[in-house]
Amino acid sequence: MDAFTAIIDALPYILKGTAVTAGIVIGAMVLGLIAGIPMAVGQVYGNRPVRFMVGVYVWFFRGVPVLVLLFLVYFGVFGFIEIKLRSGYGIYINFSPFMAACLVMGMVSAAYQSQIFRGAIQALPQGQLKAASALGMSDSMAIRTIILPQALRIAIPAWSNEFSIVLKDSAVAFVLGTTEIMARTHFVASRTYQHLPLYLLAGVLYFILTWMGVKALLKLEHKVRIPGYSN
Amino acid sequence: MNNNVATVLQITDIHKVLGGKEILRGVSMTVDKGELKILIGPSGGGKSTLLQCINFLLPPDQGRIFLDGSEVHFHKKAELYRYRQQVGMIFQDFNLFDHLNALDNVSIALRKVKKIHKAEAGDRAYHELERVGLSDKTDLYPAELSGGQKQRVSIARALAMDPKVILLDEPTSALDPELIGEVLRVIVDLARSGMTMIMATHQIGYVKSLTNEILFMENGRIIEHGPPEKLLSADADTRCRGFCEMLKDLVREP
Repeated sequence: MDAFTAIIDALPYILKGTAVTAGIVIGAMVLGLIAGIPMAVGQVYGNRPVRFMVGVYVWFFRGVPVLVLLFLVYFGVFGFIEIKLRSGYGIYINFSPFMAACLVMGMVSAAYQSQIFRGAIQALPQGQLKAASALGMSDSMAIRTIILPQALRIAIPAWSNEFSIVLKDSAVAFVLGTTEIMARTHFVASRTYQHLPLYLLAGVLYFILTWMGVKALLKLEHKVRIPGYSN
Repeated sequence: MNNNVATVLQITDIHKVLGGKEILRGVSMTVDKGELKILIGPSGGGKSTLLQCINFLLPPDQGRIFLDGSEVHFHKKAELYRYRQQVGMIFQDFNLFDHLNALDNVSIALRKVKKIHKAEAGDRAYHELERVGLSDKTDLYPAELSGGQKQRVSIARALAMDPKVILLDEPTSALDPELIGEVLRVIVDLARSGMTMIMATHQIGYVKSLTNEILFMENGRIIEHGPPEKLLSADADTRCRGFCEMLKDLVREP
């Protein structure tokens, strides 16, 4: 079997993995966004306990390898919950590796995204919040209507960067047996011994996904650009 | 003082420490309806801090503030927000919301704070922009406006809230000299139409005919106050006059 036919034969199977990869990345990025924004707001405007808690969260998830967290959550935490529910309540639940991958990558990304948004919020002139307060807005209203719409725009380039990192990090999820690009490629390659063409194919797929995502985010950046500012 | 005129704002014995330094050391004043009070004095004297204390952007350490005779309890959030709606603030560097066009800058607080319907808020905002001479700039964003236009939008933004008093913190200090006139004209119009205002400024020449009291602040205190003809007359031996003479030499204003 030559390299070309190896790719042709494996392509449909591996392409199915791109949907799984995309699922992990979208799940992780959305989870990171939903958790990261409140964390950033808490770190900038929160009281001491809030700032401390966000700080500890960020410190932990930036400090532990994704691989360790994947094993910890999937085999450790999920396994523990499954056994407890089964023995305690007779409830049978099976957490999938896909869920573990989304959760772990999302929690890690939340730590990084919170710092992206924190930087963006702090880059805004302080007068923005003052002017909103002076009009009678509560802090939360000012943050929602004045601060975040500006900060999120500023954050898009860094967020795009984070997306491209998460996309490539998602390959690590194959260790749990998630059926994403890397796992499927590994599966085929170890049976056909066509390592060189197949891993090249996987690399190209990741490259294309990254390129498409970054391109789309660049489009978004231009679309929401505030008139009068350069770029 | 004219007893027929209602007192809008009364502040008593305001103290404020910032960064270990006593910025305000007991400032009191009474502002009557329709009055324009001018705050003047050297930088670091406490003018800006005082104005920010008056609407609690900086909470005073000590002192009381009364609006229309009732004390403002700024620790109660709802009361604070209601008070701030009635006290407009104009900043030296405009602080327009950069992501909103001129019309939305003026209407956003109407919609979000006063819960006025979008169309009605838009009409009101347009009317206020018209009042400051910017009815043709409603769609432009702050980055597309000149400094003078930005400051006029910020005045329209304050006016739209129907404030009982407007605080102006050196509204023309960040402007190029040729743009100062258009902003001052708006402020002069406001004063003539009976808007109650406290303005910190160095542009004393333009507004002295409109005010009946100048407050000269230095080292956190009002050290001189009185009508301009008293403080600024040629034979007056006041710190205020000395300061204004020095300003006049620097900027050559009338």
